[in-house]
Amino acid sequence: MASEAERKKVALRRLGDATFSKVDKVSAELFSLTYGAVVTQLLKDYEDVAAANVQLEKMGYNMGVRMVDELLAKASLAQCASFSETAEVVAKVGFKMFLGVNVEVAAATSSEFRLLLSENPLAEFVELPEECSKLEYSGLLCGVLRGALEMVQMRVECSLLRDTLWGDEVTEIRVLLKERLVEEFVDDDE
Amino acid sequence: MLHSFHIFNRKGDLLFYKEWARAPRSAKAMADDHKLMFGFLFSLKQLVNKMAPRGSGGGLHACSTSTYKLHYFETASGLRFVLCTGLAAGDLRETLRRLYADIYVETLTKNPLHRLDEPITCKSFEQAVDAFFASLQQGQG
Repeated sequence: MASEAERKKVALRRLGDATFSKVDKVSAELFSLTYGAVVTQLLKDYEDVAAANVQLEKMGYNMGVRMVDELLAKASLAQCASFSETAEVVAKVGFKMFLGVNVEVAAATSSEFRLLLSENPLAEFVELPEECSKLEYSGLLCGVLRGALEMVQMRVECSLLRDTLWGDEVTEIRVLLKERLVEEFVDDDE
Repeated sequence: MLHSFHIFNRKGDLLFYKEWARAPRSAKAMADDHKLMFGFLFSLKQLVNKMAPRGSGGGLHACSTSTYKLHYFETASGLRFVLCTGLAAGDLRETLRRLYADIYVETLTKNPLHRLDEPITCKSFEQAVDAFFASLQQGQG
């Protein structure tokens, strides 16, 4: 059984690599700096770290609902059989394809998983100043996960548990499955 | 030989429609047809799932009648692509998947002006779809 799961992981990692090679790339520095500029502007506009956190998550959500289609199309994925499989797909294919990084899954159960990012292209060159120590700089990723998973019928809650910018060793995102959405058809004639 | 092509979202909104060789009818009748089509697919899909042997999901691929064949491709994100063709057509799901991956995603998902869940009005999408079906029709003779 364990070897079966291992084989699946290897297959997904390969799929992630193949998909990554298919997509257009931008320079990592340009990407990091652009994202930094966006976050800085948000902080200026909202003048409040908590409000900027909320906004970053929302932006991520709006990106996620679209990004999922690109992932499904480029990687030709079908429905996942379990939530832990979803975790592996997100980590090995999703993160690889869009950010080019390898992400580890930890503590995967049928209703929760954690993603461990040892490298985070968003947070390259970043140091949080004292007054922004509560800023969830990579909170965008939580939003992306929430948006993307909602499109495939999973309502989740994501939170940033640890962040290298807060002095932690890795960046850790927790994804909690709240509800599997059910398709329904409403006939407005009746 | 192509008859009609629908794109629905998960909620059953018609996002895109195109038809060839169908009898002209009023806008009202057409809207009813779309609704019936979605209802039909929705019920059929549920039935297909219920009838599947235990342990296997099983999805709807296609169904045919005495005069036409309906090809169905659904993405995990809930988009449904439905193409009705003549009976001679083979399995077109891969074709529909290509349409989704190469045209829908490229011209709409990545297009900030297009709002998801609203009818598609994007010119480059329409052109690409027209060209796609034109080549498909040529290929089938």
